[in-house]
Amino acid sequence: MSVNRSRRQTLTKIFAWPLVIGVLSITGLIAALVGDGIWDRVSWATLLLPSVLYVVFLLRPFR
Amino acid sequence: MIGYGKAIRRWSWIHKWSSIICTVFMLMLCITGLPLIFHHEIDDLLHEGVPAAQVPPGSPKADLDLIIRNALARAPEQVPHFLAWDRDDPNTLFVAVGSSITADPADNRFLRMDAHTGAFLDLPDVTGRFTYIMLKLHTEMYAGLPGKLFLGFMGILFCIAIVSGIVVYAPSMRKLRFGAYRRDRPRIVRWLDVHNLAGILLVAWTLVVGFTGVINTWADLVAKLWQYGQLAEMTAQYKDREIPTKLSSVQSAVEVAEQAVPGMVPVFVAFPGSLFTSKSHYAVFLRGDTPVTSRLLKPALVDAETGQLTDTRDLPWYVSTLLLSQPLHFGDYGGMPLKIIWAILDILTIVILWTGLYLWLRRRKPTTVAAPAAARPIDQQAVSS
Repeated sequence: MSVNRSRRQTLTKIFAWPLVIGVLSITGLIAALVGDGIWDRVSWATLLLPSVLYVVFLLRPFR
Repeated sequence: MIGYGKAIRRWSWIHKWSSIICTVFMLMLCITGLPLIFHHEIDDLLHEGVPAAQVPPGSPKADLDLIIRNALARAPEQVPHFLAWDRDDPNTLFVAVGSSITADPADNRFLRMDAHTGAFLDLPDVTGRFTYIMLKLHTEMYAGLPGKLFLGFMGILFCIAIVSGIVVYAPSMRKLRFGAYRRDRPRIVRWLDVHNLAGILLVAWTLVVGFTGVINTWADLVAKLWQYGQLAEMTAQYKDREIPTKLSSVQSAVEVAEQAVPGMVPVFVAFPGSLFTSKSHYAVFLRGDTPVTSRLLKPALVDAETGQLTDTRDLPWYVSTLLLSQPLHFGDYGGMPLKIIWAILDILTIVILWTGLYLWLRRRKPTTVAAPAAARPIDQQAVSS
């Protein structure tokens, strides 16, 4: 929060990606309700993303 | 204003206790919910039903009065409560019967009927089925309405745990970049990273599925609210009428309803005196044909003495909310790929619950944590925030 903690991340930085993923998830949850076909595919892609990222992050070497 | 540190400690306390109380039940819900995602596929695999007649597309449907007669011939001493179309199989219909019209619909038996020939197919005893046992555990733990409401309360705690989890995620990630997994560190650190990572990645899905699950636990109450609200209003002038001794035709009641609500298809019919209707009306519930409108129902009340339409209205918001929350909880609205994604996310939720439980148990035993913490002071900081 304060300026002299420069090594620490700001709240904006911490929550930027989670926010993007959250918005995508909500989009996906609604998309399949709205229509079929392309809407279903949008839903599959956006809702599969968190699981894919989970696997990627666990397999990726730390730093 | 309270200080940042104090606020975090407060949220941390909320996260800890809401989680501790609901975790065991949430684990049960995730485990029983997993097969329920595929309940149709599992039922088809485990239980072979009598197949409906193979007919060319567009074949005329059997008269509904004939279907009821054929059903009752197979269920002597029983009275029809509901007639329901199978959403997934246009070739079959269900007739739900009970020992009397006032009998508890939870004890209804379901006769499967052929939609084209009108013939009786079978009367499956679903209560011994694997999926039925899972459903009973998942929705009420065999404890009826109190069980449902209790699980709903656990669901609310789960949602509180998620929201407080978002808050305590921030201090935990101050010095870590998004997605960090410290693979070379002791298990308590690794599992904290897994907990944080899965938790934050799934936050939207767990909140939506958690909260729509809570709404589903209120289904019985919503039904009662509708009966004493809109349904009572629609049938106010008939409230003193008894169940007609001779009912008008179901087939024509459905046709009257279809004409009154063009563009919608019938989902189920409630017989006079049963739940969801008055003593002297057929209630025909119709649905639309898009993914959203197919979930929303519209009741048309048809007088069972005269066969005339009494009233049709859109359901009030609280029923529509319940109906729309169902697909969002079940994940059955985007084909098989969505079901598989639902299953993966369910398993990842188990990971979140399990790692959370582990982190709490480890932190409760300071002696076992002390050794690694002394060796690596940073761990203590990492896991205590």
